[in-house]
Amino acid sequence: MDAFGARTDGLAGRRRRPFLIRSAANAALAEAILIPIAAVGVAFVLFGLFLAVVGSPPLEVFSSIYRGAFGTWFSWQNTLVRAAPLMLVALCTTIPAQLGLVVIGGDGAVLLGGLMAALCGLVLAGAPAAVGLAVMAACAAVVGAGWIGLVGALRHYRGVNETISSLLFTYLAVSVFRHLVQGPLRDPETQNYPGTYPIDPAFAIGEIPSTNIHWGLAAGIVACIAIWIVIKRTPFGQAMRVVGGNPRAARIAGLPVGLLTVAACALGGAFAGLAGFFEVSAVIGRANSALYAHYGLSAVLVSFVARHNAAAVIPAAIAVGGIRAAGGLVQRAHGLPDATVMVFEGIVFLVVLWSASWYGRTPLSRMAADGK
Amino acid sequence: MTKSLALTRRQFIQSAFASAIVARYGIGALHAEEPITVGFLYVGAKDDYGYNQSHAESAKIIGELPYVRLIEEERVPETVEVQKSMQSMIELDGAKVLFPTSYGYYDPHVLAVAEQYPDVTFFHCGGLYEEGQPANVGTYWATVDQAQYVSGVTAAHMTKTGKFGMVSAVPIPDILRAVNSFLLGARTVRPDATMQIIYTGDWNVPVKEAEAVNSLADQGIDVVGCEVDSPKVIVETADKRGLYSCGVYASQAGLGAEGFLVSAIPTWAPICQYFLDKSIAKEPFEHTIIGGMAEGYVGNSEFGPAVSDEAKAAAMAAAEGLKSGTTKIYQGPLKDNEGNVRIADGESYSYGDPFIDGIDWLVEGVTGSSSI
Amino acid sequence: MESSLTELGWLTVPLAVLSGAIRVGTPFLFVSLGECLTERSGRINISLEGTLVMGAMTGYGTAYLTGSPWLGVLAAACAGALLGGMHSLLCSRPGVDHIAAGIALMLFATGIAFFFGKPLIQPRAPQLPDLPLGFWSDLNVVQANLRINPLFVIGVLVAPVMWWAFNNTRWGLYLRTVGDSAEAARALGLGVNGTRAMATMIGGFFAGIGGAFLSLSYPGIWNEGLSSGQGLMAVVLVIFARWHPVRCLWAALLFGGASALAPALQSVGISSGYHLITAAPYLLTLILMIVTSSPERSLRGAPAELALNRTD
Repeated sequence: MDAFGARTDGLAGRRRRPFLIRSAANAALAEAILIPIAAVGVAFVLFGLFLAVVGSPPLEVFSSIYRGAFGTWFSWQNTLVRAAPLMLVALCTTIPAQLGLVVIGGDGAVLLGGLMAALCGLVLAGAPAAVGLAVMAACAAVVGAGWIGLVGALRHYRGVNETISSLLFTYLAVSVFRHLVQGPLRDPETQNYPGTYPIDPAFAIGEIPSTNIHWGLAAGIVACIAIWIVIKRTPFGQAMRVVGGNPRAARIAGLPVGLLTVAACALGGAFAGLAGFFEVSAVIGRANSALYAHYGLSAVLVSFVARHNAAAVIPAAIAVGGIRAAGGLVQRAHGLPDATVMVFEGIVFLVVLWSASWYGRTPLSRMAADGK
Repeated sequence: MTKSLALTRRQFIQSAFASAIVARYGIGALHAEEPITVGFLYVGAKDDYGYNQSHAESAKIIGELPYVRLIEEERVPETVEVQKSMQSMIELDGAKVLFPTSYGYYDPHVLAVAEQYPDVTFFHCGGLYEEGQPANVGTYWATVDQAQYVSGVTAAHMTKTGKFGMVSAVPIPDILRAVNSFLLGARTVRPDATMQIIYTGDWNVPVKEAEAVNSLADQGIDVVGCEVDSPKVIVETADKRGLYSCGVYASQAGLGAEGFLVSAIPTWAPICQYFLDKSIAKEPFEHTIIGGMAEGYVGNSEFGPAVSDEAKAAAMAAAEGLKSGTTKIYQGPLKDNEGNVRIADGESYSYGDPFIDGIDWLVEGVTGSSSI
Repeated sequence: MESSLTELGWLTVPLAVLSGAIRVGTPFLFVSLGECLTERSGRINISLEGTLVMGAMTGYGTAYLTGSPWLGVLAAACAGALLGGMHSLLCSRPGVDHIAAGIALMLFATGIAFFFGKPLIQPRAPQLPDLPLGFWSDLNVVQANLRINPLFVIGVLVAPVMWWAFNNTRWGLYLRTVGDSAEAARALGLGVNGTRAMATMIGGFFAGIGGAFLSLSYPGIWNEGLSSGQGLMAVVLVIFARWHPVRCLWAALLFGGASALAPALQSVGISSGYHLITAAPYLLTLILMIVTSSPERSLRGAPAELALNRTD
């Protein structure tokens, strides 16, 4: 039960192992923590080499990245503001991934959800703030859910590949969004920067007290934890994981595979739509092209490096947010191009994805296996 | 004879301002204190041969002042990211004066950050300040379309067909006015001149810009003007098709295109210098500075090799007329391209009149609509 | 430079659309040929958007430094092959998702291209010469529109050769076997990973050439906005072409033509619905996918091993 137990154990094969690795489950847990850390370490080494080759002092740049991302309270807020939409949009990949689906079209749901929120904010002008915000958020979520739910429905009922269709759906959403915002829904006052009419200022959701971070962060964290619980602890989550593990068995067991597919995609889309709502309500105040911020593909990678574990999406999104937050300082302090942090982000993602092949193959799991 | 009217004037302005500073504060006074940190933010690459370069050139002039420490960030999107970049410049680099140079930065981003940091001054390029907005915000703009009028005069002397084209990003008032002014300038020489407008839908889409030039060439158009962020591709594609081209924002003469005629360029440095001086002296400043040829904020680049002496002389005369105020671009009788009389016979409008700012129609002779 | 409409009449419009389709479609053609080859081996490489950007930057930089645009094309192709190698190295590891690996590599390649491309925005690199196929006509508009880049001609030749090679060579047989059943391929003693790595590298090679076309021919510049998603679109295009190289050629021309249509329509005075016109190719592909898929067997004609093709 503790370190003592392992030491007093008489079996020769088990004596050499630290207590943590006593079982396969513990080994898996240790791997889940240590492998990402090791992978990020490898990424730092590779990025350091890259910097050295292009003639920048790696340690100084690392220290700027730290300062820009986590060095001060301001930097933390900068990081967290960037992480918030990534968390919500990553769930658009995480939830369908439980069923084995790869949805990469979160951006479309963000755009259309945000547009819907802006329209609700217009229609409800004058209503109590709580009502307005609730309706805006709900409508944004519903539109996002419908958009990605359609991807799920096409997948199940027509066999249309969800990865490609969600990509196509995003392009369609972008075109429809631009057409509406620059055309029929445009506020003539927004002459040089086309957008919809501004929402009632009462519907600006504001910031978490004594911070400069809007409520989207709280929503992102709560959503990730809630979805983690749903996936791990509820019958719905279990059913999704059964389908993801073996769809044929799931069907034989009588699980409603079609309903689960649509529901998982819709739920994911709802969170992406919600991300659009927060952009409109907390930041822009109307729908315009600033809403198309290309969170989608990064959010897909956030979900993958979190290994589609909703709780792990939180630290993954914060790490990516941190890299981006540091981008400005790296540019200003070292005269490096703005793409420097993009290179770093790419290296981190590549190495962490590569590290997926380390699971179950590290000395830790070998030791655990030896013990069997 | 001088090849260019604008360059000499610009040089004059620069030296005039530099000596004004020295006269006002004395060189010693400038050095006595810590240098002030001034931040510039650009939406695109700062060497784009266009809009961002025009600002980077003025930043360079500001940065050479002995009492200024210049920091810059490129490719900052018009999303919450620009808020974070500005805050990062203030919090981590101690910036006291910021120049966010892209139109879409203003509302809500500059306004939000300005309220948060009353000790920092923000000078936004776009001319958007309104009564009641934060006192530490100033805005500026240059009526570049006056120089497009001069380009139009130049082009009209060079054209054979009398048919012009304009490749534009989006149908917004500034661009519509540039199209109008170009054609009105051309029509003072060639009353039969016509103008075809093509929108590319965005500010930096090279393939679409090149395609637009090609389709204009197929229509028998022989001079192409442009209103996009980076005119390089338009000037070069026009050259490949054997067309004349007029640039904008920065001089494209350095590209070596044979058909390049002239560019319409803003000169931001004097305005930036004014705001900077006021900020250092902690004096109240004009919140809105909009000027054109008369103020020296707008001019034309040096002429390309193809431009005839006759065209040069006519262009310089036109520029003189605008500078002195004897030439009015918008004078009646003037119809729009749908046949409505917009300015009655005998009426005329000067720059600074709200009528000029509100032009959202195209003059007679322009093919294309004022929306997409 | 006299008015061309009057001389050629309505023929100008189809001529302009055709030449627009060729100009805009050539990058699509190369990326989709590369993707077609890769997908035939049973692997999807979604990173070709990054390969395209990387190829454009490498090609432009090499041409600028050496003065030879053709060396630029070669360098771009090699950069593409290198990225393809990275992709297959990553995908050959157990537990690595092809889609995620592709997106990460796209991000990485774009970042590298933007990083090293910074000083290349202003300089002017020597451009690839065009073939004056309109020499027989006196009309400027015909001559201008029939100035075809040799890369397009190469692409047109590669498409049927690739199709022929799929069906008539030993290597084509290997490729199709690996793409249709990895198990069968292993039973026959074929190296699955090796074949796929080769296919991905050659695919990247082609996509790199597509990038070089962007920066060295049309529009013939380098900046960060050069590719507006043509690489991702080409992945879609291969599905539209149903994994057939010759159909990739037609699809590339169709997608290119659709992109060229919006400015062409505006130049004759039709400018409403601009954004909706640009969405047309995506909508067409979606409809095609819905029509050709069925709940039992998704995507008829797709290589069975393709990750896209997984059925319940």
